Amino acid sequence: MIGTIRKLGRWGLGGFERLGRGHIFLFHVLMGIPSVIVRFGLLVQQMLSVGVLSLLIIVVSGLFVGMVLGLQGYNTLVDFGAEQSLGVVVALSLVRELGPVVASLLFAGRAGSALTAEIGLMKSTEQLSGMEMMAVDPVKRVIAPRFLAGFISLPLLATIFSAVGVIGGYFVGVGLLGVDDGAFWSQMQAKVDFSEDIMNGVIKSIVFGFVVTWIAVFEGYDCIPTSEGVSRATTRTVVHSALAILSLDFVLTALMFGNI
Amino acid sequence: MHNSKTVEVIVGLFVALGLAALFMLAMKVSNLSTFSGDDGYVITARFENIGGLKVRSPVTVAGVRVGRISNIGFDNTTYEAVVSMNISGDYNTLPTDTSASIFTAGLLGEQYVALEPGGDEKYLQQGGEVRLTQSAIVLEQVIGQFLYSQAEGGGDAK
Repeated sequence: MIGTIRKLGRWGLGGFERLGRGHIFLFHVLMGIPSVIVRFGLLVQQMLSVGVLSLLIIVVSGLFVGMVLGLQGYNTLVDFGAEQSLGVVVALSLVRELGPVVASLLFAGRAGSALTAEIGLMKSTEQLSGMEMMAVDPVKRVIAPRFLAGFISLPLLATIFSAVGVIGGYFVGVGLLGVDDGAFWSQMQAKVDFSEDIMNGVIKSIVFGFVVTWIAVFEGYDCIPTSEGVSRATTRTVVHSALAILSLDFVLTALMFGNI
Repeated sequence: MHNSKTVEVIVGLFVALGLAALFMLAMKVSNLSTFSGDDGYVITARFENIGGLKVRSPVTVAGVRVGRISNIGFDNTTYEAVVSMNISGDYNTLPTDTSASIFTAGLLGEQYVALEPGGDEKYLQQGGEVRLTQSAIVLEQVIGQFLYSQAEGGGDAK
């Protein structure tokens, strides 16, 4: 009995300790950001591997999500004779929700897991300790550029996702299903507000970018330096990022659109 | 992997693509190109019943969108709804005896405020008030009145 309670306590304390380590680590990373701006080449290199190489999956999934929205929205709206509003349905669902959330989930799977695996492997092959031996701060040299690159890349990727999705919805709605071209765009422009809808979507993706990259670099830096530890850290990155994105999305949506 | 100049060019293209997507969303998808709402002026109108009017509903003159509802309040002494409308600065020649009515776009569409310009030579300024207003038509009331008049009409015929 006591043993079970003790286990529970140890589990809880371990969780809190990790949470605390995560925040201290985040503080160190943020302190390292000025030195990244000085060494701009490091950031550019990471932007390539984190952002540019995620572009393909983002563009392709954005296109297909937009096309599916176009089809499904049309089927529902045509019953009410309101297929002119298809543009509004596609644009609002992409800009407000699907753009930031789906792009972040894909980003966590594509770039977050890669970041964790890379940093975790650096730790288990003692490259990070090696840097410390040479008086190079690995947080500044390795972690901070990756963190900043992810933080900048995700909002850009989410915006691209939304834009491509709207084009996909346009192809299906106007090209295949015969919605009027002018009504599609004009209804969209009438109902979508720049500051209310588009900027709130961008703010969401900035928050997700911060959280996902933080989780990814922390899991890599904090992993147990064995091959099993790296594999578990990579899994945790994807799971924790997905949970964080979806729960934060609810909180942000409630704050932005919920009139609470 | 790549030499650093190529990398910089590729990353630059990526950032430019992201900004272009934002620009496309702003100009093509949202209302930023048609009406910004910052350079306009605010006028108010009092209605007995605003029906389903909401903040951000359109304000039109002759069917052309000239602004949007910026705020809906309630007057505790006269029990009227006070509707503030933000009119774009391009349309600053509305006469002071303009009237405002609340209409519905289509049978089930959203409600909007239609302004009907009068003949006065003075124009509405920032903070001006539209005095002639017509409330929203509530469908239940219309049906009720119709049934009532039908019943009366039926009585006369007999």
